[in-house]
Amino acid sequence: MTTMQSPDTSTRFPEAAILADEHVPAVHIWRDFEATVAQVMRAHTDADLFAQWIGPDSLTTSIDEWSCRTNGAYRYVSRRGEDEYAFRGTFPYVGEDKIIQTFTWEGMPEAVALETLTLEDLGDGRTRLHGFSICDSFEARDGMLASGMEVGIHEGYAKLDRMLGEGTV
Amino acid sequence: MADQLSRVFAALADPTRRDMVARLTEADHTVNDLAAPYDVSLQAVSKHLKVLEDAGLVSRTREAQRRPVHLEAEVFDLMTKWIERYRRQAEERYARLDAVLARMQDDDSTAPTATTQQQEGTAS
Repeated sequence: MTTMQSPDTSTRFPEAAILADEHVPAVHIWRDFEATVAQVMRAHTDADLFAQWIGPDSLTTSIDEWSCRTNGAYRYVSRRGEDEYAFRGTFPYVGEDKIIQTFTWEGMPEAVALETLTLEDLGDGRTRLHGFSICDSFEARDGMLASGMEVGIHEGYAKLDRMLGEGTV
Repeated sequence: MADQLSRVFAALADPTRRDMVARLTEADHTVNDLAAPYDVSLQAVSKHLKVLEDAGLVSRTREAQRRPVHLEAEVFDLMTKWIERYRRQAEERYARLDAVLARMQDDDSTAPTATTQQQEGTAS
């Protein structure tokens, strides 16, 4: 674990900010949301809500197993044509503003990342998400960063456009 | 390009090589300079340099004996690009979460109903 402090609340994160740690194989992510801590939490713990936003547009994500509570477990599969990418893990701790989970891509089941998601009330109806993912090696961490190359670049905005078009925002 | 990226990733997966790169961001160094802080043979340091060279991260000039090692900044910049790509992907995911949260607020008084919009893109 790093001792790194979260940025203070005068820093805004209307877009995701990423920090790849130099000293441990970890990635930090920050993002602010126009919603309460309880709402952001529910969008993470409720399987139906989670499925609506987790996967890129080019993949169909289906949740096989979902028990987002302390000592629970999960598994979901993203499919594109013949390709399948399955992810699974356990939830060592789920609280009111924190989720600790393990994360594994089944293609490399021994490379397990430990992810801590913390939600902070910014006091004006907004919530700051801080994600901290620590991998078992720099190779695994860098592989995770590089996996962004493979999928999800072109289609994300189209999906957002569609959701905006539905008048949901 | 993806091959070079994976070579760069692999090259930087080693802590000694990461440390060498960090020192080279400040200035060029000879192999002897680079080797000095590490408790490894000059031969081992040369091996590390070869990996960095193959990844295109460093180059060595032909300047006589000293052959200083030079960091190729533009290759190093690729690192920044991947991180930006990863960040953009995360941002796209969180933009989708924004939409879900907005819908949750709209639906606050009524029970949320399952939507079927996930089904649309199955043929892609």
